Amino acid sequence: MRYLPLSPEDRAEMLDVIGAKSVDEFYADVPEAARLKGTIEGLPNHQGELAVERHLSKLAAKNRSASSGPFFVGAGAYQHHVPATVDMIIQRSEFLTTYTPYQPEIAQGTLQTLFEFQTQVAAMTAMDVANASMYDGSTACAEAAIMATRVTRRKKVILSGGLHPHYAAATKMVCEAQGFEVVQLPVAIDDENALAEAVDDATACVIGQSPNVFGTVTDLSKSADAAHEKGALLVSVFTEAVSLGLVTPPGEMGADIAVGEGQSIGNGLSFGGPYVGLFACTQKLVRQMPGRLCGETEDADGKRGFVLTLSTREQHIRRDKATSNICTNSGLCALAFTAHMTLLGGKGLEQMALLNHEAACDLADALDEIDGVEILTPRFFNEFAFRTPMDAEAVLAMLDEAGVVGGVRASRLFPEGHMGDMILCAATECTTPEDIAAYAAALKEII
Amino acid sequence: MTMNNHGRPTSPDHVPSDRNVETVSGSRGLLQHEGLIFEVGTPETTGVDLPKPKNRTGRLGGVARKKGTGLPGLSEPQAVRHYMRLSQKNYAIDLGLFPLGSCTMKHNPRLNEKLARLPGFADIHPLQPQATVQGALELIDELATWLKTLTGMPAVAMSPKAGAHGEFCGMMAIRQALIARGEGETRKRVLVPASAHGTNPATAVQCGFVVDEIKANERGRVNMDQLREKLHNADDIAGIMLTNPNTCGLFESDIREIADLIHEAGGYFYCDGANFNAIVGRVRPGDLGVDAMHINLHKTFSTPHGGGGPGSGPTVLSEALAPYAPVPFVVKDEDGVFRLVEDVEGDASESFGRMVAFHGQMGMFVRALTYILSHGADGLKQASEDAVLNANYIQARLKSVMTPAFDGYCMHEALFSDAFTAEGIETIDIAKSLIDEGYHPMTMYFPLVVHGAMLIEPTESESKAELDRFCDSLESIARRAAQGDDTLKGAPYLAPMRRLDETKAARKPILKWVEANADSVAAE
Repeated sequence: MRYLPLSPEDRAEMLDVIGAKSVDEFYADVPEAARLKGTIEGLPNHQGELAVERHLSKLAAKNRSASSGPFFVGAGAYQHHVPATVDMIIQRSEFLTTYTPYQPEIAQGTLQTLFEFQTQVAAMTAMDVANASMYDGSTACAEAAIMATRVTRRKKVILSGGLHPHYAAATKMVCEAQGFEVVQLPVAIDDENALAEAVDDATACVIGQSPNVFGTVTDLSKSADAAHEKGALLVSVFTEAVSLGLVTPPGEMGADIAVGEGQSIGNGLSFGGPYVGLFACTQKLVRQMPGRLCGETEDADGKRGFVLTLSTREQHIRRDKATSNICTNSGLCALAFTAHMTLLGGKGLEQMALLNHEAACDLADALDEIDGVEILTPRFFNEFAFRTPMDAEAVLAMLDEAGVVGGVRASRLFPEGHMGDMILCAATECTTPEDIAAYAAALKEII
Repeated sequence: MTMNNHGRPTSPDHVPSDRNVETVSGSRGLLQHEGLIFEVGTPETTGVDLPKPKNRTGRLGGVARKKGTGLPGLSEPQAVRHYMRLSQKNYAIDLGLFPLGSCTMKHNPRLNEKLARLPGFADIHPLQPQATVQGALELIDELATWLKTLTGMPAVAMSPKAGAHGEFCGMMAIRQALIARGEGETRKRVLVPASAHGTNPATAVQCGFVVDEIKANERGRVNMDQLREKLHNADDIAGIMLTNPNTCGLFESDIREIADLIHEAGGYFYCDGANFNAIVGRVRPGDLGVDAMHINLHKTFSTPHGGGGPGSGPTVLSEALAPYAPVPFVVKDEDGVFRLVEDVEGDASESFGRMVAFHGQMGMFVRALTYILSHGADGLKQASEDAVLNANYIQARLKSVMTPAFDGYCMHEALFSDAFTAEGIETIDIAKSLIDEGYHPMTMYFPLVVHGAMLIEPTESESKAELDRFCDSLESIARRAAQGDDTLKGAPYLAPMRRLDETKAARKPILKWVEANADSVAAE
């Protein structure tokens, strides 16, 4: 077996040193009835690379990759171009096959990239501080809600009607398990600032999203002001990190906590994971943050270096009193994010954001010209909702036959929302004029 | 001095080598100095060539960013060097033995990386039509089948993102089962051994439970007398969270009785599967009375740790808990078509809900399935046995110079206390001295139930020669520690950095680069 270096002679020699007759002696504590007799049921014995690759390749071939044709699916994950350099960097053994940097003397590579990552995320969100990443945007959102209850010592969390329904569901589940009340405002394409009316003296936080799940961009300042007046926090959510290059960022709207999905930068679609959750907040809330934080310090010779810090917030020190149970985060995805951002720089991010917006504008213009199509999103970055007179599922199936993956039907995300005719679609820098023309032509044919 | 016929010296002069060479650049030979990107790059630079935008912002409705990020960029060669230079300051499994107990730093096969990057897996969207991702759903289903087979459990939730997230999944299923029984409000107490990972108590609290700690006995296992006492006439027990093999590297010999006692008390048995790698192919947790257990794909099934993640924590569930599994999950219909159940209705009407956007860590699923198929039935069992053999070999070789925490054989990790050290020499000194010998330190000061704990997990990936070299090094350090050799306290001497000041970092945290920091550093 190619992964196991010990030879039968090694094993015999080692058993000799130990003074055991066989490895069975090491398993003597296993109750007799629970000892597995024979081999693992149904699983063949070890196989060479070729055989395994053949099997997995067959499975992969049954899937249609985003790059294989016109592709317009967004709603929380986005097709973007990742520079070749990024994948080369994250495949460096020293980054790929190392652990959480608990021994900083031999982990400055990881630690310095985390420090750079935190700085980039703070700058992009226009917040004071960012942590070293969460699992993904949805769990970051749930953690933000819990953090707000801790900060305010209040028990009510209000979710906007434009919050991604998966984020809302994950947040609701976590909050209710801990006995907090979750108020979900009515689903709406353009009513993020309904949060301002809903907030009251019992509210820990209001959670709004821009661009929201329908693509609508909103200045949440009004909700921030209203929340602060009542002693509550504003949690500002985004699922498309590229939007931060162009759209009003959380910090400019008065957000106390900003959370979002970082997949768009450096990370592929990968059917939903692994992704990288971004989490940032104001300076005064830093000690209430979940997750790992990297900070600057010095070594015994006075040289600048970095360590994981403020770990008294975390489960391995505080156990049942920790700010979160999170341990493993998204280290390598955060590295991909920071490497891509380092290549882009602020200027490149802005340019990429503009290209995304322009592609979506072109798409909206093209679809808008088709009789029966109604664009529903009033202001958007790179995705929007539209309606046709037909059932969305049927429309998407027919688009698929024409070779166009046209988006997500809103009813998949909102099964009870009576949105059977609505489609959510996105365009990015990967979208070509030909893709848009193909979409418009196919859709015109269908409706 | 010998010279060739061009006058070039061809043999070295004898200059003493022990002087401390300071360099102008800050680099030291192959170890290059590298500043932060904020010091190296400029805001005008970008390493990505994009088409020129038309600067059209018409549909934004004025919701536009006022102030730029000001972030620097690097050209591609600069960026490559930046990360290459930083990478040289990291220790990694690919470089040497990484004996972090409880973390399972085994070899990461490159085939797994290659297959995870096939466009059919890496470039598919979680919300594209299900007819276009049948192969992905089939892969999830196939991995789920092997995870159920290996654990002897009837169901598995695939969406948890990491170990602690899997714990959360299992404990939420328990909570939901109690609610369904009408005992959600009355059964709030969860028993957790003092030796548990910190995530266990933190998770229990996150699910609204109250933690009640149970002590270890003198053999490093659960104190059964105390357990019986806590369960006696108790009607508030929700369950127990127990790691097995436990964090002392020992198999809980009373595990069946523990399961029976918990079930008789009306509670459920959550098993922390962090150490499943010791028993794969030899023991099925389902045969031990377990109700829920997460599997760290990034430990047992070798998906790379990546400097702290991503992980993946599928959670197997017993018959009693299966109905409460989170959405989404994959089902195979009679016509052979795979389908995602995404909402709490129909097939999932009793589900406790959704934990996360989308379907779990697909990239990790591909790697884990590749690992399982590559190893096969014989390889998986052999891997477990070699991991256990390697740990026992280390324990046997070092027990005369170090203090094993408990008598008898261990499972996949060997645990020592600091009892053998002279006064003034701490566990951390031994750990940091290993760095100078070219090894990553063992897990230190965990589990908490052993004083100055040193937890060594070699995994099955090490050859005997590598183990011997490691033991020679650690044996020598241990002897020096026993003799009170003060030089250990300054270690490491040969790493890219000396010991770092964690107190200073926490006192006035600097969590990002700001211009002012740079000025003050320059002024010093």
